[in-house]
Amino acid sequence: MTVTAAFFYLFATITIASGFMVIASRNPVQSVLFLILAFVNAAGLFLMMGAEFLAMILVIVYVGAVAVLFLFVVMMLDVDFAALRQGFLQYLPIGGLIGVIFLLELILVVGAYAIDPGLVRSPAVPIPAPDVMTNTEALGQVLYTRYFYFFQAAGLILLVAMIGAIVLTLRERVGVRRQDISKQNARTQETAVEVRKVPFRQGI
Amino acid sequence: MEFGDILLAVAIMLGKSLLMLVALLIFIAYALYADRKVWAAVQLRRGPNVVGPWGLFQSFADLLKFVLKEPVIPAPANKGMFLLAPLLMCTLSLAAWAVIPLNAGWAIADINVGILYIFAISSLGVYGVIMGGWASNSKYPFLGALRSAAQMVSYEVSIGFVIVTVLMCAGTLNLSEIVESQNTRLGILGWYWLPLFPMFVVFFISAMAETNRPPFDLPEAESELVAGYMVEYSSTPYLLFMLGEYVAIMTMCALGTILFLGGWLSPIPFAPFTWVPGVIWFVLKASFLFILIAMVKALVPRYRYDQLMRLGWKVFLPLSLAMVIIVAAVLMATGNAPGVR
Repeated sequence: MTVTAAFFYLFATITIASGFMVIASRNPVQSVLFLILAFVNAAGLFLMMGAEFLAMILVIVYVGAVAVLFLFVVMMLDVDFAALRQGFLQYLPIGGLIGVIFLLELILVVGAYAIDPGLVRSPAVPIPAPDVMTNTEALGQVLYTRYFYFFQAAGLILLVAMIGAIVLTLRERVGVRRQDISKQNARTQETAVEVRKVPFRQGI
Repeated sequence: MEFGDILLAVAIMLGKSLLMLVALLIFIAYALYADRKVWAAVQLRRGPNVVGPWGLFQSFADLLKFVLKEPVIPAPANKGMFLLAPLLMCTLSLAAWAVIPLNAGWAIADINVGILYIFAISSLGVYGVIMGGWASNSKYPFLGALRSAAQMVSYEVSIGFVIVTVLMCAGTLNLSEIVESQNTRLGILGWYWLPLFPMFVVFFISAMAETNRPPFDLPEAESELVAGYMVEYSSTPYLLFMLGEYVAIMTMCALGTILFLGGWLSPIPFAPFTWVPGVIWFVLKASFLFILIAMVKALVPRYRYDQLMRLGWKVFLPLSLAMVIIVAAVLMATGNAPGVR
């Protein structure tokens, strides 16, 4: 039990510390890297709770894909973060408000647990014991049956967002010569090369 | 648990990991040698033949050379990150081997989500590249890093779908169980390479693109880009990058062996062949895949960047997506889908 506790405090401390460093570090690239560290440690926390599937998906999706794009954007865009910091006091009330809302929600969740632990622990679908079914299988059983429409709706929203992003960035430029690979492959010697007999001292 | 028990468990784990690490690194040293020999043989050269008998110690000589050289850190580089990047690359690619079962029950950690773990770890390899390119604080490494990262992210998608098709047939995410699910009376004909042959091809090509092997070695592109994101690296940090790359290639070979070539199973499922220890079959199959990759390096010219992206997004992605649906439909129609009640 002590080993588990030690690992919990290790992961939790690093998660919170790197979360703090995300907003505290001066270099935007460094803050994205700290964000990644926070994700990885959060995955460690998931693992300790037995949610192995969620832990791996967190690493694959957030660290392996989303954070790479963050890093791309931060590296490519010339964002002057020092200038953004100028309006710190101006944005403080809004940021503070959001912080307070989050805090209240957390208190509500923890408070509900403290008052009646049964309330939080009675989900619509019973959670199977880890030795009966792996949690990937358990997730699959409810995700594609009971929550099928929610799952499809989430997929559709992502699809719409993706198409929206493509439409926003798509621009038709004139005068661009595009390659058509099938057309290139379809060329034969007859269509590509023309052999001419050139008359002497006359040219073509 | 008693303190002594914990200590013992940790010691056993360390011993296993160390054994795996040493075996893997020695194997990689000879895989590198084999790579160069195959390349040389195709081009009618002799290849490395000076250090030791038939050049067998060439890799170790190279190791010494790299380690003894002076590590040069460019003045404008971000020093911490510059040194962290190769370390990250090497550690991450070695970490994937923790879950690979070389024989029945021989994995260091036989976890339920083994395949997802390998996929997650290999998707983290991008960070070594991006950080290396960015920390060098110079144009060419940065451009090389961007190219490389885009390539690795693109081909991860199709590898993901390939893995999904195999998972649907096997019905499990555990690597040992995936191998066991290929254990039929048919031997070599019962492994997944035959029913899922298109996916095997997609996996093989994507694996090369994912690990930046020729013909997809655009990040390095020795002839035009010098060495991509590794331009500023020298000595041991460079060695770590190269080592990480080769370990990642071996990981992909091992993964191909597990997913499509039946892991440690004997190709012919009766007496004299089943007596051979499983680990020998595993190493033979992984080496076979590696030799194939080495041959491709020697035979196929490098892709252009737009061709690479077209292949990944317009050919492999639709193909593998269609195969996921087809395989699922076939499994459901024939009633062979595992785990469906």
